[in-house]
Amino acid sequence: MAYQVQFEALTPYVGELAQGLLHTLAYAASSIVLGMAIGIGGAIALLYGGKLLRGVTRVYVEFFRNTPALVQLFLIYFGLPALGLRLDAPLAGVISLALYCGAYMVEVFRSGLLSVPRGIAEAGAALGLRHRQVLMYVLFVPALRNVFPALSSQMVLTLIGTSLISQIGVEDIFHAGSFIDSRTFRSFEVYVVICAMYFVVVQMLRIALGFVQRRLFGEPGGR
Amino acid sequence: MRGLSVADFWLILGSIRWTVALAVSALAIGSVIALVIAVARTSRLPWLRLLARVYIELVQGTPLLGVLFLLYFGAPMLLGIEVNAFTAAVVAFSLSAGAFLGDIWRGSIESVAPGQWEAGACVGLRRIQVMRYVVWPQAARVAIAPTVSYLVQLIKNTSLAALVGIVELTRSGQVVAGSTLAHLPVFCAVAVCYFVICYPLARLALSIEGRMHAARAH
Repeated sequence: MAYQVQFEALTPYVGELAQGLLHTLAYAASSIVLGMAIGIGGAIALLYGGKLLRGVTRVYVEFFRNTPALVQLFLIYFGLPALGLRLDAPLAGVISLALYCGAYMVEVFRSGLLSVPRGIAEAGAALGLRHRQVLMYVLFVPALRNVFPALSSQMVLTLIGTSLISQIGVEDIFHAGSFIDSRTFRSFEVYVVICAMYFVVVQMLRIALGFVQRRLFGEPGGR
Repeated sequence: MRGLSVADFWLILGSIRWTVALAVSALAIGSVIALVIAVARTSRLPWLRLLARVYIELVQGTPLLGVLFLLYFGAPMLLGIEVNAFTAAVVAFSLSAGAFLGDIWRGSIESVAPGQWEAGACVGLRRIQVMRYVVWPQAARVAIAPTVSYLVQLIKNTSLAALVGIVELTRSGQVVAGSTLAHLPVFCAVAVCYFVICYPLARLALSIEGRMHAARAH
């Protein structure tokens, strides 16, 4: 007998899916905000820090970019308690995603700051601004404009990357999915719906970021 | 619970071959998909360009884990066939590699100056000949660095195969950590294994990119 595709079978679980999606969005937003903070701090450390700070930042960036996010998640959630650092699953998930996202963000912000012509920083210094003021008021905006597309795609990747945290028991959308799957045995419908939900949210984020980019910096290309 | 032994580390090291097998298979099949996608994206037919674009957007807009679960848990129900974990993983990773590499290669083809197409047409080459002898060789040079760079992502992505039970590097770490409860050293060792594979590739991509820039500056 051929399998009957029945998306109606999932209707009793719309609440679970919606709640899972809300959790996923909250985890994604926290990871992106934290990751950007790490990225800005790390980029400044790489460009202006002392030798030790630069070295530590480099090791962090290379380690987190060249190992799988899933292994980092397991390391932080299952491994750190051995050092006396026991994090509950949602916190471990967000920290892990933020560290992964942050490692890429460091490179994004670093290349952004490097892309601003040196003369602009010198002009700021010539006006009597302190180093920190030059960074905040002079360099940051053109740097952000230059890397905004890379920043956007990193945010999208982080949103998609949240799918991993269900693996340490965080109650996100995949967690809701496997619960519904175990009740209804409708794996096909469940994972089609989850993929579709992610797809819609990703497109919405892309549109929102495009809107922000146009509001902040005008049409891409023309100024 | 038992202590961590040398045999455990051999188990972890040995499982690297499954990580490599997954990555190589996905790269091989993914490259074929990517070639089709890149050609379709740069085609003169609007519907073909749209089709390729929809594919790229669909794959890049959904989590790989979702596609993997759809293939492993969903497809057998829909089609009434057994899908083994390795097949599901290779298909999922290939579909993903096809979209990402396809997009990278499209960019490389588009980076070749439009004058090259016209010059090829001027000397009497057909469009397919221009592609084969004029555009692709130049695009291939541009594509090498980002392709090697994507290979790092692909190898890291194979860790998801652990979640459908393939005993590759990550899964063997889970198995050993589960029986010894030595999660910290075990997952550190697993991470180091990935790092030893991925870091040289990342450096290679950087150095190729640097050489390309130097070549163009002259």
